[in-house]
Amino acid sequence: MSETLAIRVRGLKTAYGAHIVHENLDMDVHQGEIVGVIGPSGSGKSVLLRAIVGLKTPEKGTVEIHGEDVTGLQGEAFRDIQTGWGIMFQDGALFSNLTVRENVMVPMREHTGLTKSFMQQLADQKIRMSGLATKDGDKYPSDLSGGMRKRAAMARALALDPPILFLDEPTAGLDPITAGAFDKLVRELQQALSLTVFLVTHDLDTLAATCDRIVVLGDKRVIAHGTLSELRDMDQPWLRDYFHGPRGRAATAGAS
Amino acid sequence: MTSPPRYQFDIVDDCATLRLEGDWTVHTLDQVQPGLSQEPAAGAQRFSVDLSDVGRFDTAAAFLVDRVACQQGRMDIEVQGGTDGMRQLIDQARALRPEPEEDVPPHESHGVVDLLERTGRTTSHLANEVIDSFAFFGETIVSMAMMLVRPARMRWSALVSVMEDSGLDAVPIVGFLSFFVGMVVAFIGATTLSEFGATIFTVELVGIAVLREFGVILTAVILAGRTNSAFTAQIGSMRMRQEIDAMNTLGLDPMDVLVVPRAYAMLIMTPILTVVAMLFGIGGGAFVSWVALDINPTVFFNRLQDLVPLQHFWVGISKAPVFGMVVALIGCRQGLLVGGSVQSLGRSTTKSVVQALFSIIVIDALFAIFYMELDV
Repeated sequence: MSETLAIRVRGLKTAYGAHIVHENLDMDVHQGEIVGVIGPSGSGKSVLLRAIVGLKTPEKGTVEIHGEDVTGLQGEAFRDIQTGWGIMFQDGALFSNLTVRENVMVPMREHTGLTKSFMQQLADQKIRMSGLATKDGDKYPSDLSGGMRKRAAMARALALDPPILFLDEPTAGLDPITAGAFDKLVRELQQALSLTVFLVTHDLDTLAATCDRIVVLGDKRVIAHGTLSELRDMDQPWLRDYFHGPRGRAATAGAS
Repeated sequence: MTSPPRYQFDIVDDCATLRLEGDWTVHTLDQVQPGLSQEPAAGAQRFSVDLSDVGRFDTAAAFLVDRVACQQGRMDIEVQGGTDGMRQLIDQARALRPEPEEDVPPHESHGVVDLLERTGRTTSHLANEVIDSFAFFGETIVSMAMMLVRPARMRWSALVSVMEDSGLDAVPIVGFLSFFVGMVVAFIGATTLSEFGATIFTVELVGIAVLREFGVILTAVILAGRTNSAFTAQIGSMRMRQEIDAMNTLGLDPMDVLVVPRAYAMLIMTPILTVVAMLFGIGGGAFVSWVALDINPTVFFNRLQDLVPLQHFWVGISKAPVFGMVVALIGCRQGLLVGGSVQSLGRSTTKSVVQALFSIIVIDALFAIFYMELDV
């Protein structure tokens, strides 16, 4: 873990109308680490992700990516920042009028000058990398199952080998074997490309298998952060329930 | 910041060596990919790649290197230099090689055969569409009749809410447009009739045209654009989110819950909106007559009462419930036909508006013939 910060959030406040989601939230993600973000439902995990990538304008506070303040950035400058990250949304958010292969090719078309045939082959490679078969590339998102859609979304997020990868519940709704393969893929890619991964999840197995550090959201801010074993020993009611409840025990037992 | 990628490809003693320099990422590959893909196969026995001077290297670059190896007919790659990460990427690229038969780019067909095929498909689709529309019409009528027998099953709140959304809220737009159309009719009448010195007949022109046709047609067209598309979008998005399936499993009939209240609401509101449109249309005509033709409103309305028979009003209003049903049925049917994708929602909405407008004009023409035969 190097000391350079990939993502630095300071004093973040987000709100929908009168409903305040985050207040005075500070968070750091170091370069080359996989950070898992957990927290009870409704604690604003996905909103935090949206605030970092600029989909939700914060009321207050700053978001810095690689030391550059990106809060409220617009136009060309923001587009350059955007090529530096890939996002996988909770239910895929694939373009429904394009095939999977075309979906993966969209970022390449937009940001690189590769030839069309090479882009197609590269897109096929990404599709295989995410665990789908090459022939699935011709299918439309509506023809895919939930798990396949997630993988296609992963392939699109990885299309440009972005240094930062945002994953919103990547393994939710997947069968354990597929989810396990997914965790392995994230880990491998992270090592090979020294990616920084920001991972929102509920899945304890994913946390155990992939994350270097875990950030716990709750009460509109970060209530705890540390490695899995550090968090497990913390005396915080929600964390205790989380790690020492029936599901938590099983997952951590499996990991150790 | 980035240094451009360069490569050197040598073949020495059965060993093909690819020496890479610079940053090899998806953003820079376009500078080297075409050249590298055209390197001829040399029949080398070994393939080795030297990554010592490479700056950045990503999966796209690893894929390209692996592809060059494939072109040389080599399955294994000897990697010299480079970090563990780079080796890992090349190993991964090799593991994910496509099957030979999979590597064919997809074929897209265009041409005369395609055109003929599409024409045939569309024709048979059109015939099916007409039959299905009538089937749906019948189904709805049965459900509506059942509801009359057992009014307790009626969703009153849904009915009133649809009546407000698509009836009451449409009053301003219906009124405004009718007023302007009434004005236009009066202007046309004024300019043409003044040549015969018969400007006073503008009153009959406006009265008959608005009561018999424009009031109801305008209302129907506005509803087709406004309400019909809303019905399709509402029901269609419920279908996309599997809400309709949920209803079915909970023992709720989508026909009762969604279609019947909408059909009744339109049946009630279309005649009311038509009356509004007629009033505003005649108002527009009276306004123009007063301002441009010096026919004051008292004269206008007296003449209207004396010389325009009430039957024109009945002819107009008799079409309103029919058009209301058409709008509701086509809107609901297309909504229920939406599939899983966003695209199908858009397609259904377009289709529903087009079908509704088409049906309204055709039915209006049929009514015209019918009433002409009846001499009313």
